[in-house]
Amino acid sequence: MTAIAEKPLVEIQGLHKYYGHHHVLRGIDLTVNQGEVSVVIGPSGSGKSTMLRCVNLLETISAGRISVGGSLIGYREVNGRLHDLKAKEIAAQRREIGMVFQRFNLFPHKTALQNVMEAPVQVKGQPKDVAKKRALELLDRVGLADRSGHYPSQLSGGQQQRVAIARALAMDPELMLFDEPTSALDPELVGDVLNVMKDLAKSGMTMIVVTHEIGFAREVGDRLTFMDGGVVVESGDPREVLSNPQHARTKEFLSRVL
Amino acid sequence: MKDRNEEAPVLNKSVPVRHPGRWISAIIIGGALVLLLQSLVTNPNFRWDVVATYILDVKVVQGVGWTLLLTVTSMVLAIVLAILLAVMRQSDNPVLRYTSWLWVWFFRGTPVYTQLVFWGLVTVLYPAITLGIPFGPELFSYALSDPSKGLIPAILGLGLNESAYLAEIFRAGLKSVDRGQTEAAEALGMSKGKIMWRIILPQAMRIIVPPTGNETIGMLKTTSLVLAVPFTLDLTFATNALANRIYLPIPLLIVAAFWYLLVTSILMVGQHYLEAYYGKGVDNLAPAAVNPAAAKAAAAGTPGADAQRSLKTDFPEESAR
Repeated sequence: MTAIAEKPLVEIQGLHKYYGHHHVLRGIDLTVNQGEVSVVIGPSGSGKSTMLRCVNLLETISAGRISVGGSLIGYREVNGRLHDLKAKEIAAQRREIGMVFQRFNLFPHKTALQNVMEAPVQVKGQPKDVAKKRALELLDRVGLADRSGHYPSQLSGGQQQRVAIARALAMDPELMLFDEPTSALDPELVGDVLNVMKDLAKSGMTMIVVTHEIGFAREVGDRLTFMDGGVVVESGDPREVLSNPQHARTKEFLSRVL
Repeated sequence: MKDRNEEAPVLNKSVPVRHPGRWISAIIIGGALVLLLQSLVTNPNFRWDVVATYILDVKVVQGVGWTLLLTVTSMVLAIVLAILLAVMRQSDNPVLRYTSWLWVWFFRGTPVYTQLVFWGLVTVLYPAITLGIPFGPELFSYALSDPSKGLIPAILGLGLNESAYLAEIFRAGLKSVDRGQTEAAEALGMSKGKIMWRIILPQAMRIIVPPTGNETIGMLKTTSLVLAVPFTLDLTFATNALANRIYLPIPLLIVAAFWYLLVTSILMVGQHYLEAYYGKGVDNLAPAAVNPAAAKAAAAGTPGADAQRSLKTDFPEESAR
């Protein structure tokens, strides 16, 4: 969409993930440049969500390396040997990475405003009035300024997801991860959330978006990656991949979703 | 809606279903109540005059005070320990996990009466708590063998036993909170302690409060077992002592029952407010009215073409509300 400085922010190299004997990710390589919107599609069970969750260590990495902003995720490498990071160090890495979940995962006992303020106050130690001002700005940005006092149970799915986006943005992350952000929404509410994400992309945020929204990929994506069976089948310019897929599996998948 | 249907609709007037069972049960239970009331008034053996004499007796009111003190202190001790035990049980540290399991196994597996007798007898094993350098001089000493100090063994006995039961209630509460809550908090970079105290525990409290209220009311009555320590100032012991002195057990049982019921009622009111507090955002909240027109308008404007429009104008209905 916009001119992108070819500076890699996220580098995933040879990523493998096992659940017991189940080999979910079989060597993923993916690079996301600064300011790029990288869209990942694929059938369910293809490992796309697992890959995303590895980036902020919600899943442990079985093999391979992930680095964000030049620093290795989850490990410290000393003389060629990997050492696990301490919980505190992992938390510090996660602060730079915002995550939006399929099921929103808003804190139900806190209002929209309190949800957005929680991490800046509790993690960054921001004064409450500063955090509140910023939280209200963010809620305004996602179109929910008038809902700041509502509890999640009083909001529609689309509104909850937009609060969740504001909550992630409140930490001023350098990278945003979206794990099927519209899959749990009623069709008529999907547009609100996608609009917020488009706006975010235009502002220059680096994003990895796992989604089934092909339209979003085509319009906003800088790169489209198709995953199947734990591997990257095809990756490239979204419009090219969508109009002229090179692999049979990509063709078959697209013929079913388009 | 109105412009489409000018005339107001004729509301349905249906004949409601009759409920004869309600009337029959009301007559049977009402009749039984009248009989009970009649016997309470006419039977002289209830000795309501004695009840009236002793209901505000100094010994009785002091007994209520001691019973309350025992209930509150042992429950506070139990709750603090239970939170600790429940968190330990979920810890990554296997030593803490097994310690918590062992604690619950032991204190749940032995009768509270036995434990109270034991705490009363601790003074035989350890006549005094002393603090000092091993094999060296003594720095501090606190005599346990003084009989007036039965209060501490009583609180320990009740509190430690209760902690095992509460630990299981707290564990159930913590497990009831969706895993996604932890993940969301982790993704925000929150520390484990903050996640527990600010995210998980407040939500778990919704599940924890009702059974804990139940346990508190149970504890109020369990305090009557402290004569095993022996501790002899609580309500049951005080009313029993009075009954034995005047050879009239029934009126003093009524006195004790009255006070237990009164305190239980007050505790139930407290529980109601606690439940309301921890249910915020979940219970007793009418979902905000959804305006389908607003949602449709927003959705219609979006999926493809008009990314150029600013976000706020995409939700005009919402901003207006």
